[in-house]
Amino acid sequence: MHLAYPAVLAALLFCVGLYGVLARRNSVLVLMSVELMLNAVNLNLVAFDVWLRDTLHAGQALTLFTITIAAAEIGLGLAIVLMVFRTQGTADIDRLRELADRPADQALPADADADPDLASDLAAADPDTASLTGSARGKADPA
Amino acid sequence: MTAVLAASLSSQGHSFLTPTGVEIVFVLVGLAVLGAAVLTVTTSQLVHAALWLVVALGGLAIEYLLLTAEFIAWVQVLIYLGSVVVLVLFGLMLTKAPIGRSPDADSGNRWVALGVAVVAAATLVTLVVDAFRSTWMDLSSGGGSTGANGEVLFRYWVLPFEALSVLLLAALVGAIVLSRRHREEG
Amino acid sequence: MTLTLAVLVPLLPFLGALAGLAAGRRAPGLVRPLAVLPTIASAALAVAVACDLGTGRHLDAATRLTPTGSVPIDLAVHLDGFSTLLAVLVGVVAGCVQIYSTSYLRDDPRYSSYAALVSLFTAAMFLVLYSGDLIVLLVGWEVMGICSYFLVGHHWERGDARSASIKAFLVTKLGDIPFLFGIFALGADAGTFRISGVLGAATTGQLHHPTLIALLLLCGVAGKSAQFPLHTWLPDAMAGPTPVSALIHAATMVAAGIYLVARLLPVFLLSSAALVVIAVMAAVTMVGSALCALAQDDIKRVLAYSTVGQLGYMAGALATGDRDAAVFHLLTHGAFKALLFLAAGVVIHAAHTNSLTAMSRMPDLRRRVPDAYWTMTIGLLALAGIPPFSGFFSKESVLTAAEHAAHGEALTGGLGPATAVPTSVGWIVLVAGLLTGLLTAMYATRLWLVAFRSASPVPADTAQADPAQPGAAAGTAEPHAMRWPLWLLAVPAVALGLAGLHTTWLPSFLDGISLTPSGSTAILGTCVALAGVLVSYTAWRRATALVLDAATASPTLAAHELDESTRPEGTAAEPREITADLATVPGRTFTQALADADSAAAAASTGHAPDPARLLLGPLLGPAANGFGLDRLYAAVFVRPVLAAAQLVRFLDRDVIETYVAGAAGAPRLLGAAVRRAQNGNAQTYLSALLAGAVVLAVLVAVVQ
Repeated sequence: MHLAYPAVLAALLFCVGLYGVLARRNSVLVLMSVELMLNAVNLNLVAFDVWLRDTLHAGQALTLFTITIAAAEIGLGLAIVLMVFRTQGTADIDRLRELADRPADQALPADADADPDLASDLAAADPDTASLTGSARGKADPA
Repeated sequence: MTAVLAASLSSQGHSFLTPTGVEIVFVLVGLAVLGAAVLTVTTSQLVHAALWLVVALGGLAIEYLLLTAEFIAWVQVLIYLGSVVVLVLFGLMLTKAPIGRSPDADSGNRWVALGVAVVAAATLVTLVVDAFRSTWMDLSSGGGSTGANGEVLFRYWVLPFEALSVLLLAALVGAIVLSRRHREEG
Repeated sequence: MTLTLAVLVPLLPFLGALAGLAAGRRAPGLVRPLAVLPTIASAALAVAVACDLGTGRHLDAATRLTPTGSVPIDLAVHLDGFSTLLAVLVGVVAGCVQIYSTSYLRDDPRYSSYAALVSLFTAAMFLVLYSGDLIVLLVGWEVMGICSYFLVGHHWERGDARSASIKAFLVTKLGDIPFLFGIFALGADAGTFRISGVLGAATTGQLHHPTLIALLLLCGVAGKSAQFPLHTWLPDAMAGPTPVSALIHAATMVAAGIYLVARLLPVFLLSSAALVVIAVMAAVTMVGSALCALAQDDIKRVLAYSTVGQLGYMAGALATGDRDAAVFHLLTHGAFKALLFLAAGVVIHAAHTNSLTAMSRMPDLRRRVPDAYWTMTIGLLALAGIPPFSGFFSKESVLTAAEHAAHGEALTGGLGPATAVPTSVGWIVLVAGLLTGLLTAMYATRLWLVAFRSASPVPADTAQADPAQPGAAAGTAEPHAMRWPLWLLAVPAVALGLAGLHTTWLPSFLDGISLTPSGSTAILGTCVALAGVLVSYTAWRRATALVLDAATASPTLAAHELDESTRPEGTAAEPREITADLATVPGRTFTQALADADSAAAAASTGHAPDPARLLLGPLLGPAANGFGLDRLYAAVFVRPVLAAAQLVRFLDRDVIETYVAGAAGAPRLLGAAVRRAQNGNAQTYLSALLAGAVVLAVLVAVVQ
């Protein structure tokens, strides 16, 4: 058999997987596309092993390893996806943009959200404010 | 050019124009695999994608068989079809993936992705065809039997094999730790 | 012993200045003693050095601080009659000025720094006098320059003081740069910077470029001593406090240039071209400044222009090769000009204006400041060169020297052959000196008559009966510290001239040239001076009569008569310009001083004061009052091109270079914004870019192969 058939098939399969990784929105589907790419590699390994026929059978042995690693990868990947889904409420990759570079005015509201807690902490810690409020209360109480 | 090509091909005694039976089967199955793969990455029904993935991976197992790598083929069926696809289905289920059409299955990056993939495919195919167009491999002797594989694996690849078992253990522990619900969350 | 004393002389005021600067804020009580005592001690020590050294000797001592590799620089002291006598003059004048200032600037908030700067200035002048090394001399020279800058700008709240200080600094520095090169050329030719070595080289003919060196040095001298092309800073420098004018612009700094030429006279004698240049410069300076002095309305500017003229006399004496006469005139002039300035300070203090026109409207000015009146009379007589006073003798010695030079027998005192001085130099100096003598007598008389003797057309009783007349109550009693320095300085102003009469007196300290006036010049000079006095007096009488007539005559005739006898508009001093100076006068606030100045200005503008200047100068009055437009010429020729160039540079900097800078900042910013947009947080985009890059690389590799 011509080596070109499995090689071309592997190349096309790899590119289909590549497209899936880049284009899919759901992260589980992205993982599936990764599997496709890994399988393309496996196909290559097997085909070249058959062609070269070395005594170590390196191609087939490495294929086995790859399959194993792929299994571990999909397990861990799905665990991560699940955790992200649990914390972020979505598994869509293009909504997970925590690393985006936001302009300063967009970053401010997040600070403002954190501010009230901080302010209240400060107010509690500040003895002057506490005494002021205390004295105000003291004045207000008799009235 | 074509004369040279024909000469080089005819000198080997094998031509693309006179395919063997294995080659015909391989190409047909390969087309099926490719179609299933394309459907996997393009369908808008998420569960269908997983099922098309099953088709693609199963097709690949057939290809392995055609390449005389029977042990790899069975491992492929066992691990991929048996466990990975099941895992993926569980993943889809746990992330509350919608059953039925979801129009936003593809992100806005699709056209860029398509461009990159097509260019990459063109490059790779060009390179591969250019490199291996006259390479012929002999499928006669069954080098991919279980016995041969086991002999090689436990004679020459023992150390990586054991290391791999440690890796699997680590992945197991990691998956458990990651997917375990924390007590305060619950 | 002498050496130790001589070293102490500059050191004491220097340490006093440092201590004064250090103590100024923390211990205000110490400022006055720290200012006065070291200066007086230095004056006493200078006298002691002069006595100790005696006549006819000189002392050279040097220590080398560090080898410089080429021409060595020594900390050298050179004492002879010139330096010791001038040091006495400087010490006495500085002491008087310091005492005077304690009262004149008593309420000034910056008195401490003022006093310290005056002390530093005095120390620098002593250094210039005693130094035996040209580089060390240059240090003192430049320290004086910077002190002058600070002191002229003492009232830096006022724009004219600021610009005057900058002008003084820039103009003197303009001369100092060629001066520096002259010193380098001198040192390179002579192989040493020691003055004794330089003079030795000059006598043995080692100097190869005497004309070049002399002309370069002359630039610095012209700047420092306010000679013709570079004299314009001196009248403007009157924006400083009056004691500073007395110290810097009468006795010391301006004398430094003359002193330097006197020290290096053998070098100048090698080049007759340089002597001719000095003579022409001196002649132009003398006559021009005398004309300007005659036209000025500001009393301090009159004195400033007269200083320029007297320095011209000294330069003329040097041009004729007679440095004894130059130094003699320097000594007497230092005494009587310091006296005149200090007295003028008292008068200004009493009159609350600088303007002579305004002073002439104050009928009892003479009675209010009797000390100033009498000492100023003495000073003006000395300035005019009326016989028994010091100015007569020294001026006559200059004229005598010029006469000798004109006859080809210059009194060089053994420094060079008499033939080294061209006879033309003698004639130039002689003619210009006599003409200036006439003009000097005229403006001295005019100053005295207008300031003190004007019979006011306002009836005297109304002025006296008006108690609200500003200044009538204030200033009746000047502080002692402002009065007795006048009398102290009046003594040498009267009598110092007699010291030159006998060859064993003053000349024995110097080169031993006779300073006795020769018969012809004595008679000529006296006649010229008396003629000047008479002409000025006649003109003043006529002006007074015209003004009195104008009060009764028909309007057209009155206008004509007033036009003849009073100052035209625009040439009077601006009274407001000097009010900040007055604000420092004890017991008067700035507002009071301002009000006084305003009323004085009102008096000057409403009334008509007789001024002989118009009759004497005729159409020349306007140009002379403006210094013959030299300032405007400089402004047009130098200042405006420089300002235009600065504008151009500013334009190039702001609009051209900064555009590049802004572009250099803006391009990365735009690039950053673009890159920022790519940073959208979508991992798939990143990965797409990464893989696209990888594909491109792969394609490139494939194509290249």
